[in-house]
Amino acid sequence: MSVAPTLLAVEGLTKSYGGIHAVRGVSFSLRSGEILALIGPNGAGKSTCFDMLNGQNQPDSGRVRLLGEETTGKKPRDIWRMGVGRTFQITATFATMTVRENVQVALISHGKQLYNLWGSAPNVDRTEAGRLLELVGMGGYADRPCGELAYGDLKRLELAVALANDPKLLLMDEPTAGMAPRERVELMRLTAQIAKEKSIGVLFTEHDMDVVFEHADRIIVLNRGTLIAEGSPAEVRGNPQVQAIYLGEGLLYEGGHREGASA
Amino acid sequence: MAFYVVQFLTGLASAASLFLVASGLSIIFGVTRIVNFAHGAFYMIGAYIAFTLTERFSGAFGFWGGVLAAALAVALIGVLVEMVLLRRIYHAPELFQLLGTFGLTLMVEDLVVLIWGPDDLVGRRAPGFKGAVDFFGQNIPSYDLFLIVLGPVVLGVLWLLFQRTRWGVLVRAATQDRDMVAALGVNQKWLFTSVFAVGVFLAALGGALQIPRDAVHHAMDLRIIVEVFVVVVIGGLGSIVGAFVAAVLVSELNAFGILIFPKISIILVFLVMAAVLIVRPWGLFGKPEAAARKTPGLTVNPWRPLTQNERLGSLAALLVAAMLPLFAGNYALTVGSEIAIFVIFAVSLHFLMSVGGLASFGHAAYFGLGAYGVAFLAKMAGLPMIVCLLLGPLLGCMGAAVFGFFAVQLSGVYFAMLTLAFAQIVWSIAFQWVSVTGGDNGILGVWPASWAASVSHFYWLALGIAALVTIALRIAVFSPFGYALRATRDSVLRSEAVGINAKRIQWTAFVISGTTAGIGGALFAYLKGSVFPDNLGISLSVDALVMVLLGGVETVSGGVIGAIVYKALNIWLVSQTDLSKLVLGGFIVLIVVVFPKGIVGMLELLAQRRRRSSPPGSSLLAKPIESAE
Repeated sequence: MSVAPTLLAVEGLTKSYGGIHAVRGVSFSLRSGEILALIGPNGAGKSTCFDMLNGQNQPDSGRVRLLGEETTGKKPRDIWRMGVGRTFQITATFATMTVRENVQVALISHGKQLYNLWGSAPNVDRTEAGRLLELVGMGGYADRPCGELAYGDLKRLELAVALANDPKLLLMDEPTAGMAPRERVELMRLTAQIAKEKSIGVLFTEHDMDVVFEHADRIIVLNRGTLIAEGSPAEVRGNPQVQAIYLGEGLLYEGGHREGASA
Repeated sequence: MAFYVVQFLTGLASAASLFLVASGLSIIFGVTRIVNFAHGAFYMIGAYIAFTLTERFSGAFGFWGGVLAAALAVALIGVLVEMVLLRRIYHAPELFQLLGTFGLTLMVEDLVVLIWGPDDLVGRRAPGFKGAVDFFGQNIPSYDLFLIVLGPVVLGVLWLLFQRTRWGVLVRAATQDRDMVAALGVNQKWLFTSVFAVGVFLAALGGALQIPRDAVHHAMDLRIIVEVFVVVVIGGLGSIVGAFVAAVLVSELNAFGILIFPKISIILVFLVMAAVLIVRPWGLFGKPEAAARKTPGLTVNPWRPLTQNERLGSLAALLVAAMLPLFAGNYALTVGSEIAIFVIFAVSLHFLMSVGGLASFGHAAYFGLGAYGVAFLAKMAGLPMIVCLLLGPLLGCMGAAVFGFFAVQLSGVYFAMLTLAFAQIVWSIAFQWVSVTGGDNGILGVWPASWAASVSHFYWLALGIAALVTIALRIAVFSPFGYALRATRDSVLRSEAVGINAKRIQWTAFVISGTTAGIGGALFAYLKGSVFPDNLGISLSVDALVMVLLGGVETVSGGVIGAIVYKALNIWLVSQTDLSKLVLGGFIVLIVVVFPKGIVGMLELLAQRRRRSSPPGSSLLAKPIESAE
């Protein structure tokens, strides 16, 4: 793993809303093929961090580089063109189009065919779209209207869409939120497998500690906008500061980890 | 000086009525998210009923009681309309309610003529406010002073109603998040009904109070509704204070515009409206709207290109249409040409509205620009018809490029209102720039060249171009660009996250749509042999909307079918009955209630049911569709 180049380098990322420091001087890096989990309690600044990485939001200071190229200040669509795929915490898909068409749109964009007024879109990259859907286990749903899908399937579709431009980096904001436990494991196993095969770097936020500890190569922990711990799952689990944050919420304990087990 | 003060006061007096109507519309939109096109109609009925009551009952009590009773009676009609019609269509596709309320407006226009006759009715003066007050040698009607006081009083009452009563709190809460209010156990049905009643009451009161100032006539609804849209947009949808300030602003602009800029007096308010929308889309006193909750489980039949059989069917229909000159007379062919032109117009809007999700309320602007483009080229430059037909639509193209650039920065109702403002600006220019456009007299004598002069030749020309345009746009729908456009309609967030520049895609679609409308307009100029400001007027824009909605906004063929049905029915009814608007309006309302997915949507639904009920393989028609993949 140590031979892989640094894919994403984040330095001193800072953002405040009014008097609230949402993110303060966050720095970390990510290598190709590495799966990095960004965890922290609600309001820790995870989503703000994420939005600054793909251009949805602009940092007050700090910089983000992808393979040495600056992405700070760029728009989401330009960052996507640099090879960053993203899934959203609340899924964003094209609800009135079919599952296959959802993937085709991303492929059309990737192939720079957006202003082609003459071609037959149903046939554009049809095989490739089918392949991506097979990859995430959605092959049988290709002709279903996207608005009909169950939530877990939408998440898988988002993954297929995010993979459409052969990304170097995947940003997944709570990829398994709202899914049943078994679906969660399946989706993350799938993601991990794809990431290793294609050497894609994955950064994800997650509340489910089972998912985090099972799949992350490395974990960074955010609390009140600052990075308080970084390391392997074992290191983070043993970190007293992290334990203090999570034990206070009753979310993390030795042995079995269950989200929201406060009751 | 005194003259200007009086002019100012007259403006204030006009503002009172405008404020009443606008605040009603604003309240209704805030809670129900319905753009109530019938608001002008309620205003008009208020005036008519008040006229009858105040004529019947004498004395001060007769007048004021009559005004109040008229407003209450209309509010009751409003309740009826809400319960019978609107309740059924709250969950219909967005803007479908607009079609329903437009149908009502049509019906009301004929009904008032039926009941009160076509002539202007001059009501009596208000008891106690019959005279005029001398102001440094200038006369001010004392009734104007009464209205000037009334405006702020109503504002105060409404403010108390919304801030100090339980009902007001519920309404304000529902304006922010009606689903949440419903989840908290509030009876949403009655909340909506009561809000609608109050809104309609205000509109009718505004109408009733106008009778001492203005004659009552059967076109006053359309005149006020445009002004009210302007007021509500400038003030901010859902804001009462905004409606008041904007009503004053608009009335004063009208009062002084005519003195200071007589040449551009009409354009002035729309320029202000466009400027406000560009800088602060949510209006001076409105708040940026939180994204509306998407209805869960929203499913639309997936769009697919025509199957081989359907292509053959369409071709056969086209061939039959092309054979019309063999057995039909000149009148039928002229009607046919007009329908073909309106098909072009409707599919152009359909492309923007159904595919792009951008409902333009001012699409006639680009139709009319195409028509004027042809008229300029033919009359001033004396170019031959074929050149005019090719270059004329470019005026529509340019208009769409300029206005579209600003319009696509907005979405939803704000997009609709900005396109309306732009269309009115173009209309005002055509109306007031007499030296170039001929103003109200239009440009006459735009006749087709000899090769297209015969009625049947022109029909073939119009039909051929309509077919080409329809096919071209259909190809565009299923082109990669069409997919990208639909993607921006469904989710701008996701589009941008897969590298699509949403605004640029939408702008491109706007230009394509405007140019296409211009082609329709260019043909229309030759069909009529003349061009008038009406060719880019608001009622033509509404026609386009109705055609698309009637056909089915969620379908691919809605534009074509809607245009044919609407236009044919319209022309036929006008020839058959004096009450064509009543019948047409009733038909539209019926469609809205019974077939909320439009004509094509309904047909698709029927086909689907038949396919499901028949065992697989038994239906010959169903086979190619199911095996389409």
